[in-house]
Amino acid sequence: MDQDLKQILRHYRNPRLARKILEKIHEIAKDLQVVRMMHVCGTHEWTITHWGIRTLLPENVEVRAGPGCPVCITPASDIDSAIKLALDGVNVLTYGDMSRAKGSRMISLEDCGARGGKVGIVYSFMDAVKLARSNPNQEYVFLGAGFETTAPIVAYSVLKGLPENLKIISSHRYVPPAVGLLAESEDLAIDAFINPGHASTISGMKAYKLYFDEVRKPMVFAGFEPLDVLLAIYMILRQIRDRSPKMENEYRRAVTWDGNVDAQKNLREVFDFDDGYWRGVAIVPKSAMNFKEKFSKVDARKIYGLASGKGDHFPLNARCAEVIKGLIDPPECPLYMKRCTPATPIGPTMVGVEGTCRIWAQHKIVGVKCRSGVCKIDSESSPRTKGMPEGG
Amino acid sequence: MNLCYAIPGKVTEIDGEIGVVDFGNGVRREVVLAMVSAKPGDYVLVHAGYAIKVLNEEEAKKTLELYSQILNLVEGR
Repeated sequence: MDQDLKQILRHYRNPRLARKILEKIHEIAKDLQVVRMMHVCGTHEWTITHWGIRTLLPENVEVRAGPGCPVCITPASDIDSAIKLALDGVNVLTYGDMSRAKGSRMISLEDCGARGGKVGIVYSFMDAVKLARSNPNQEYVFLGAGFETTAPIVAYSVLKGLPENLKIISSHRYVPPAVGLLAESEDLAIDAFINPGHASTISGMKAYKLYFDEVRKPMVFAGFEPLDVLLAIYMILRQIRDRSPKMENEYRRAVTWDGNVDAQKNLREVFDFDDGYWRGVAIVPKSAMNFKEKFSKVDARKIYGLASGKGDHFPLNARCAEVIKGLIDPPECPLYMKRCTPATPIGPTMVGVEGTCRIWAQHKIVGVKCRSGVCKIDSESSPRTKGMPEGG
Repeated sequence: MNLCYAIPGKVTEIDGEIGVVDFGNGVRREVVLAMVSAKPGDYVLVHAGYAIKVLNEEEAKKTLELYSQILNLVEGR
């Protein structure tokens, strides 16, 4: 190994390279109409916000945050189900920020823990397996949320065999059909997609081919360093200029056409891909990973008779659903940074560490120029006048 | 924790399906390597305690080369 990979990756934050690529972006955008692209990954939103990429782009190039936060799109009814079990004496385990997302009655697993519900936080599904194994007399249920990045972990462990006292609520969702649906939305009118980096290491680019063929809009798979995102934006603009939409791979060090074939095999063996609800978005065809019949003995939905996730439930006056879909920016919600803050999160988009509201709030963004024109921004303007709906 | 993010780290030891991954700055963790075929010295992307992908060093270099190509290219059209 002549040069350690860590050294190579350092170049992906090189400011000189970033400036140059921005020059190219501006050069190419000069001759284009408005270009509206969307990403569907909370970590892309973090990169874009953290490095201030939106403020560096030409006026006519817009990057919108789509539904890329697993915690945000997990149906409220699944959170309700987990809460009910925890209050009935079952040990409910889940990931940290999932435990803070509120269900339909605006109670989270964390709140229910404070009221005597049995709730535990794990970093990894591996920890849930260890816990169940070392306490064989206790009943455990794992609330499994996340995309195809997370789901193979559960599938693999199920195939290997779980301890008898561990069951799973699978709220896992598959991203490619959601991109297909967003690409067809006339409300959103998205011209191109920055496709997810890490979810695509599993699914491969091939999983998006069907949807690309349908809409013929540029799709570039991108990594998470600032230069990755800038290069992806440049690649999209180049495709638009040349009127030759394609699926292109910027994140070649991680994403391949075929993806992680073993992980895909495990997923298809363990789960059916059913039509499933994404909180705030819609029912997305073939996107809900539900346990196949032959794995009923680990399926908490079957064992405890839990409903499958349905129904929009958001706090009164909150505009989480529109934020999740990418229709509005966080400052357009009347609750943003008033009642709903990172310290006192109300909606799921402020709870999830990958939620758009949470990321914007952590970077103290109170306004930007938004497509709707509601919050024509400048960072000086008072947050109190931002995004207030008429009469709100 | 980020449910759609994975962190790169270097595999230092392997014992069956479990490996030790060094994330730098003194952070080392046990990671399940069952979903990838990694060897010591490889960089892997780790998500929620599981390696999901061995990073491709050659491709990382190639993308940077692509940058220089783009930067040297005249976008005259």
